[in-house]
Amino acid sequence: MIDLDDTDRAILRALGADATLSAGAVARHLGLSQPTAWRRIKRLTDGGAIAGQRLVLDQAALGFGVTVFLGVTLATKGRVSLEDFERAVIAIPEVQTVQHVLGLYDYRLRVVARDLPDFERVLRRRIMTLPGVGHVDANVLLSEERRPGPL
Amino acid sequence: MHNADDTDRRLLRHLQADPAQSTALLARRANVTEATASRRIERLRRRGILLAQQAVIDWRALGYEVEVSLRITLDKTNPRAFDEFTAAARAVPEVLEIQSFLGRVDMRLNVIARDMAHYQQIYRERILTLPHIADIEALMHIANIKRAEGLPL
Repeated sequence: MIDLDDTDRAILRALGADATLSAGAVARHLGLSQPTAWRRIKRLTDGGAIAGQRLVLDQAALGFGVTVFLGVTLATKGRVSLEDFERAVIAIPEVQTVQHVLGLYDYRLRVVARDLPDFERVLRRRIMTLPGVGHVDANVLLSEERRPGPL
Repeated sequence: MHNADDTDRRLLRHLQADPAQSTALLARRANVTEATASRRIERLRRRGILLAQQAVIDWRALGYEVEVSLRITLDKTNPRAFDEFTAAARAVPEVLEIQSFLGRVDMRLNVIARDMAHYQQIYRERILTLPHIADIEALMHIANIKRAEGLPL
């Protein structure tokens, strides 16, 4: 586990908003010297605090009008069925995230589709045919915001 | 509105697979010149199709071991319930995502905590005190099997 001071937290906040900022830009933004900013960013990256980058895209402008969260309960629960299910579900391109959870469901999936008929196609042909699938519960996403987190 | 064409989609597909790559590498992978790649990416930013490129923070590496998805039903008799709940949830630093839904649940909060004791404290002091909650259910995250969040472009 990496310990952070206030400067590290400010760097993570800045890069969490815009990962394309150069060490020089981060330095100017926070009033640090460029070598200091570079060294700190390197420590945060090497230590695993920064796990990579993600693109934030306007999904609707790219033709993906619908995001649905599915709660999936497996019909049979053995070690084999978990592995079969996981292997098959990660191969579906419309499935963005798969989380193994404890509670009301076994898995939580985030699925994108062009529109509701396209979602229905994904659900019937891809999701309902997954090995071991039992009950599936769907919630259509209306709005979403990502917060910076405890920095 | 101008939609993205095939070249734009190809560039975005390669960029989302490896956002930190250089423009030169991206251009080679997408089979366009470097000048085209940088002009196209710039245009996608300007048009608001490429909204942001963000660093992904690994909260586990920062000592946050617990991740919980809270599904919340709001008391819909109050017309301001949604706005007031959302505003109050934004003030809780450990809330990473706020989503609203059509379906069985109204809202979902993604909450992180250092350990179960810390989670208990956040849950009692910051979550249960949020306004207009009618019902609440928790899903504890065991593992992320896939976390690409890419679009099938």
